[in-house]
Amino acid sequence: MRHILSILVENEAGALSRISGLFSARGYNIESLTVAPTEDETMSRMTIVTVGSDDVIEQITKQLNKLVEVVKVVDLTDGNHIERELMLVKVRAAGKDRDEMKRLADIFRGRILDVTDKSYTIELTGPGEKLDAFLQALEPGVILETVRTGASGIGRGERILRV
Amino acid sequence: MQLTGAEIVIRCLQEEGVEYVFGYPGGAVLNLYDELFKQEQVKHVLVRHEQGAAHAADGYSRSSHKVGVCLVTSGPGVTNAVTGIATAYMDSIPMVVLTGQVPTHAIGQDAFQECDTVGITRPCVKHNFLVKDVAQLAVTIKKAFYLAQTGRPGPVLVDIPKDVTQAKAEYHYPKSVALRSYNPVTRGHAGQIKKAVQLLLEAKRPMVYAGGGVVLNNASAQLTRLVRLLGFPCTTTLMGLGGFPGGDPQFTGLPGMHGTYESNMAMQNCDVLIAIGSRFDDRVIGNPAHFFRADRKIIHIDIDPSSISKRVKVDVPIVGYVAEVLDEMLRLIESSPQRPDPQALKEWWAEIKEWQRKDCLRYDRKSALIKPQYVVEKLYEITGGDAIVTSDVGQHQMWVAQYYKFDKPRRWINSGGLGTMGFGLPAAMGAFLANPGATVACVTGEASIQMCIQELSTCKQYHLPIKIVNLNNKYMGMVRQWQEFFYGNRYAESYMDALPDFTRLAEAYGHVGMKIEKPGDVEGALREAFKQKDRLVFLDFITDQAENVFPMVPGGKGLTEMILAEEL
Repeated sequence: MRHILSILVENEAGALSRISGLFSARGYNIESLTVAPTEDETMSRMTIVTVGSDDVIEQITKQLNKLVEVVKVVDLTDGNHIERELMLVKVRAAGKDRDEMKRLADIFRGRILDVTDKSYTIELTGPGEKLDAFLQALEPGVILETVRTGASGIGRGERILRV
Repeated sequence: MQLTGAEIVIRCLQEEGVEYVFGYPGGAVLNLYDELFKQEQVKHVLVRHEQGAAHAADGYSRSSHKVGVCLVTSGPGVTNAVTGIATAYMDSIPMVVLTGQVPTHAIGQDAFQECDTVGITRPCVKHNFLVKDVAQLAVTIKKAFYLAQTGRPGPVLVDIPKDVTQAKAEYHYPKSVALRSYNPVTRGHAGQIKKAVQLLLEAKRPMVYAGGGVVLNNASAQLTRLVRLLGFPCTTTLMGLGGFPGGDPQFTGLPGMHGTYESNMAMQNCDVLIAIGSRFDDRVIGNPAHFFRADRKIIHIDIDPSSISKRVKVDVPIVGYVAEVLDEMLRLIESSPQRPDPQALKEWWAEIKEWQRKDCLRYDRKSALIKPQYVVEKLYEITGGDAIVTSDVGQHQMWVAQYYKFDKPRRWINSGGLGTMGFGLPAAMGAFLANPGATVACVTGEASIQMCIQELSTCKQYHLPIKIVNLNNKYMGMVRQWQEFFYGNRYAESYMDALPDFTRLAEAYGHVGMKIEKPGDVEGALREAFKQKDRLVFLDFITDQAENVFPMVPGGKGLTEMILAEEL
């Protein structure tokens, strides 16, 4: 099953490689990984999307907690949560397709960030499936380039992850 | 007071009460060696290869419960030490490894003797640090010592660039450190402990399965009291030997791949299994699916939450220091009027005695060849069971574990997790230095001993009177055994042709060498060797080449699917 792990980690050199190294050394999957400092600059928040049975997820959580630089680990999928991902996609937008592309971006609440004679660069945020759906809605061949951040997640309501 | 980085490091070691540093100098650590030279409190032991430095620090720690310290230079100094660091990591040994690094401005430039030490060692240390600012040096070393010995212990590495050892900073050694991201749970959950005690008191066919955690956490006294109070059978893993007295009638011997018939049958057929500081590893429980065919309740006490339910699902997990949890259990049991059903226990013991009648450790005592088991039995007799025994890896290791009855913890020093050949001799050096005057024997084989034989030179320099018991069958015995059982007697590369004359080799290093070829000479030779209190004696026993370690659970088989000696 797919799980989203939120991790608070000391903002120190090497912390990221310790975590990614753990996943590769023990054969766990990483679907996506995002990381950036939090409002407290000494700490980073990481979101890892992984896939595994309950036993595997339990081991991943325990192994992460065992790393000296990891402050806290929470499995967001244990409760209600919000998940968002940012995608930048550069598409061919010429001729009769140009208007259609604009309309499609509007439908998905995308924003066009950059325009040339032949292309649009569109920004899109949402859960991963929405971004997938947008890409699927495009004609094959119009996609010139995509870049996705991977999921970031946060608990709904009063659930708070902090020290 | 402003001190240089090198001065700071040595001051920190002094503050930590470090007696010995095992190491080898080189360019990046010259400043540190210069400071070591200027003082006398911290003594340095010069090994002949950095692997030996790590193993010696490790043996020092295992035999004393103190933190072992080693010091090596950058690049090859580090890579040579990696085997020793990984060995300590797999067996959770508290060690601090200090490594030199090229100057900070040269890092990443492929400088001479540069390697990514922190990267290379990351998967085989509990934690590691690269210190780029001399102001952080003292606090980092404090953290290293703190991390190494708390929670689940392990090696911690501090990488120090050469310019940091030259730079100056105000010296202050913190009395303690706290890390917000590191707070191991050390006290077991009271409710879980109660549940566990209830299970134990209601057990009809109980089994105690204790591991290295008991030794590491100095919990032998508590374990022994618990087992005796309840009258339960007890097995200890390879790492746990000595955690419960090996000569005690309630001790059933080793479990697992080369465990006794009775231990394995009891592990499989018990109704309540209590795992104490042990981790259900593949060499202990065999095939997990087979292990799970039996219906039993499992209690698991361990300091490391990730050891619990990793390979085997347990019913009552208890995270905490083994000693503290056992103290609490003892308190509850002693204050309870309830005791395990004596009739059920009597029947269970009768069943175990029946298994013991198989006499699974018997061997041919009339052979005209020296039987390795016989050598170990005689070693036990002659040392009164009171020696510190180190070993390398292979058949000889298993024979010591089976035939030398360790009554006390920290007397049996071996590489259980990583299985590192070459461990025995340097570990024995560390053990002797930690226990001056102790009888220290290194049981080894002609293949293993050659992996760190250069340390014979270190033994000469520091007058380390270790007795090396070489069980020489001219084969990598365990490899040969597997090839005999599973590879149609095709002994691919397991035969050691062109062996040195170990007697003369020992003499060349300035030691005493003895070669023993007849069973009748074994006892006399051992007695003579152990009489020489101030000399290293290398005893080269020419043993039966065909001898195998029994019982044996073949890889992938269930715990009770043992091959016994009689079946062949």
